[in-house]
Amino acid sequence: MKLDAKIPEGPLAEKWSKHKFNLKLVNPANKRKYDIIVVGTGLAGASAAASLAELGYNVKAFCFQDSPRRAHSIAAQGGINAAKNYRNDGDSVFRLFYDTIKGGDYRAREANVYRLAEVSVNIIDQCVAQGVPFAREYGGLLDNRSFGGAQVSRTFYARGQTGQQLLLGAYSALNRQINEGKVKMYTRSEMLDLVVVDGKAQGIVTRNLVNGKIETHAAHAVLLCTGGYGNVFYLSTNAMGSNVTAAWRAHKRGAFFGNPCYTQIHPTCIPVTGDHQSKLTLMSESLRNDGRVWVPKTVDLSQKLRNGEIKAKDIKEEDRDYFLERKYPSFGNLVPRDVASRNAKQVCDEGRGVGKSGLAVFLDFSDSINRLGKDTVAAKYGNLFDMYYQITDENPYEQPMRIYPAVHYTMGGLWVDYNLMTSVPGLYALGEANFSDHGANRLGASALMQGLADGYFVIPYTVGDYLATIGPAPINTNHPAFEQTKKEVEENIKTLLSLRGNKTVDEYHRDLGKIMWEYCGMSRSEEGLKKAKKLISDLREDFWKNAIVLGEGEEVNQSLEKAGRVADFIELGELMVDDALNRNESCGGHFREEYQTPEGEALRNDDDYAYVAAWEYKGKNQPEELHKEELVFENVKLTQRSYK
Amino acid sequence: MNLTLKVWRQKNSQTPGKFVTYKAEEISPDMSFLEMLDVVNEKLVKTQEDPIQFDHDCREGICGMCSLMINGEPHGPKRATTTCQLHMRSFKDGETIVIEPWRAAAFPVVKDLAVDRSAFDRIQQAGGYVSVGTGGVPDANEILIPKTIADEAFNSATCIGCGACVAACKNASAMLFVSAKVSQYAMLPQGQTERYERAKAMVNQMDDEGFGSCTNTYACEAQCPKEIKVTNIARMNREYFNAEFIKG
Ligand SMILES: Cc1cc2nc3c(=O)[nH]c(=O)nc-3n(C[C@H](O)[C@H](O)[C@H](O)COP(=O)(O)OP(=O)(O)OC[C@H]3O[C@@H](n4cnc5c(N)ncnc54)[C@H](O)[C@@H]3O)c2cc1C
Ligand code: SF4
Ligand code: FES
Repeated sequence: MKLDAKIPEGPLAEKWSKHKFNLKLVNPANKRKYDIIVVGTGLAGASAAASLAELGYNVKAFCFQDSPRRAHSIAAQGGINAAKNYRNDGDSVFRLFYDTIKGGDYRAREANVYRLAEVSVNIIDQCVAQGVPFAREYGGLLDNRSFGGAQVSRTFYARGQTGQQLLLGAYSALNRQINEGKVKMYTRSEMLDLVVVDGKAQGIVTRNLVNGKIETHAAHAVLLCTGGYGNVFYLSTNAMGSNVTAAWRAHKRGAFFGNPCYTQIHPTCIPVTGDHQSKLTLMSESLRNDGRVWVPKTVDLSQKLRNGEIKAKDIKEEDRDYFLERKYPSFGNLVPRDVASRNAKQVCDEGRGVGKSGLAVFLDFSDSINRLGKDTVAAKYGNLFDMYYQITDENPYEQPMRIYPAVHYTMGGLWVDYNLMTSVPGLYALGEANFSDHGANRLGASALMQGLADGYFVIPYTVGDYLATIGPAPINTNHPAFEQTKKEVEENIKTLLSLRGNKTVDEYHRDLGKIMWEYCGMSRSEEGLKKAKKLISDLREDFWKNAIVLGEGEEVNQSLEKAGRVADFIELGELMVDDALNRNESCGGHFREEYQTPEGEALRNDDDYAYVAAWEYKGKNQPEELHKEELVFENVKLTQRSYK
Repeated sequence: MNLTLKVWRQKNSQTPGKFVTYKAEEISPDMSFLEMLDVVNEKLVKTQEDPIQFDHDCREGICGMCSLMINGEPHGPKRATTTCQLHMRSFKDGETIVIEPWRAAAFPVVKDLAVDRSAFDRIQQAGGYVSVGTGGVPDANEILIPKTIADEAFNSATCIGCGACVAACKNASAMLFVSAKVSQYAMLPQGQTERYERAKAMVNQMDDEGFGSCTNTYACEAQCPKEIKVTNIARMNREYFNAEFIKG
């Protein structure tokens, strides 16, 4: 099969307008004859479901939480980008496009990214119209802040809870459509498989998480808006329930997986304290606007700190190394995430880390507090400071925060073309679940933008083109493929429930996480990856022999839910390692130790690797097949990224 | 730390429940309350016993999914804190902790400590929105909102929909939750057109769901993890009254 990204012809700035004009339309009276399934109600899913229902399609939406409002998007803190240029500081659609392509280390599609930048301005308008309470200035206009990887202030925010406010906006639009009967909402429902009929996606199999019933649902198109897979590392900033199951099962039904190894490790998270830890907490990147990152200049001082002989404030100014400001004078503390994370790891590896474990660096607000006053700092970051205090029992107004990188976001995901369609016709992927816009590294405040761009402004156009092609003949669950897929799901559940070994599913998950973090995390090497491959494959075998999965199918059963998700994570882990092994270069979040510049920066190999790796599932225990989508750059010049 | 837990176990909404006692051993004060329950659950699983079901997701105090009555207080002893952000350092070694689900007729038990809060969703569906479709809206900066109003509306918008206010109230009233949403829109220019219909529709739905009435005890405000103020309730009453008055 040849990958066709369906990128429209013509100049960059005209592609999307022209494409919209060329797409087929479904006439208004016919729209109600089409059913669309939307799995996931985060920013991508809720915005898509609401917008499609407004157009007149019949939508069925699914989420595993007890309410659509609780999707993981709710946790986003810092903000959302848009090229509004309200600051008059030189921003433009082209600059946002350029920053995103460069930030992604030249591994994203130009056309997609440009479209994203283009529609970003509409997103803010839409959200404000819904009543989303963005931060305002005294004159009543919208406020902005700056984020990593950019030299303009283009980030809109709602205190430290931008995600919640944006999601509640999308949720309200969704609620309106539920009220009007255009969306049927299924909560506490987990998609366990995709139904493919004659090569087209025509439905899903779900498990009702309350009574355990396995159900089938049919539709003309299926949209996966199921979020990212960072929890493959066990510890991440993702919500506990975030998983890869929907995307992975679709992958096994023919949807190619794009760039699975591109993972974002976020530099500002609260460090790990012990084995009991169930998740890691992000301290928003916006903190790097006013916080300064440093470690002691010498190993000796760092040792004393760790033993508790001295405190941060005892270290004299000249004995501190503000390593980001020193190495990257023009971006300073606001370098992109991958650069900041790698540098934090480096100073800790040198033995200059702080905190008991030595795996942390300081994020210090004392200068800002002196300059702006405590109240101003509290107004900007109060809730983050409180959260930090609550978790660590240390007061960040009085002593510097300790931070360390943690897994945060996955740039990889289901491969999609310009229309957001996967390699299975009729199956779309939106939001973090797809691979599309961030290349090898995502800039801060761009995931919310992408989720909402996909849902509000892209899919309502592109899905119509497909629907008009297949026609409105009803699709129902009578086709034998539904029964067959359902049977396979039931068998898988039966096998899982028969596991009564001696190791809990959480233990497997922790083991997997440790392997992934060690060998496929912030830095990777051929040797380490090969080792990881063996370790994961052993873990998989052991899982299917020795895991404990309790209870029965026809009831609330968290043991079973977890087991299914962890089994998928293990398989995904193997693919991530293969992908990382295949990519013999460093780019963005993918840092291969063998490929670095003399200064230790990521060294790309544009001649051989300027492509998207799209993996095709070939059956159980078979190696996956690699397909390459060459990336063509017509509007930016590929250069070594420099933030100096 | 070592603790004794008295946990409400209930198979489903049809079966009666009961308290079961468990030991939580070698608990670190740095663990969150839910991590402590994880430890207990993992032990239960190891001995082939059914783990305790509780709702949670973000564990960052924002998704509103976690719940739990801890020693008779929704989200436990610490003010302005959700259960997932509560740490074991708030408890003493050797303590006995009683853990129950939210108790309200409108929140039936799903299993053990997890309850069905879909009534909240239905109240929002009844009118908790501004009727704008995607596209065709004005430029964001054409709607000017004075910072003081924006901030006040924001305070109301921070509700995470957890239901602690209902659990805290002896009448199981949902007034704090509903009034927070009604207030957010009533204060913002975007919400003006449908302001009274919205208040009416949401309050009526609230009554249909079987939530109790408000007798001004303010237990809700005291227990709300997001410190939503009861002034919202006064505002909603005004909105509702005006709705009646205008619409007749
Ligand atoms: C702590 C944190 C802070 C962040 N801050 C920012 C920020 O400031 N700015 C920014 O731009 N980005 C931020 N991000 C990233 C951003 O929040 C996410 O990438 C984005 O919200 C993902 O949205 P989504 O709609 O794709 O998926 P999600 O919001 O993750 O939604 C997934 C949905 O899919 C459903 N689902 C999943 N699997 C299944 C299944 N099998 N069956 C049924 N339903 C399923 C879930 O129920 C849920 O409704 C942050 C991320 C984290 C973790
Ligand atoms: S008002 Fe407070 S207690 Fe009630 S649902 Fe909202 S956040 Fe929870
Ligand atoms: S788990 Fe999300 S608020 Fe507690």
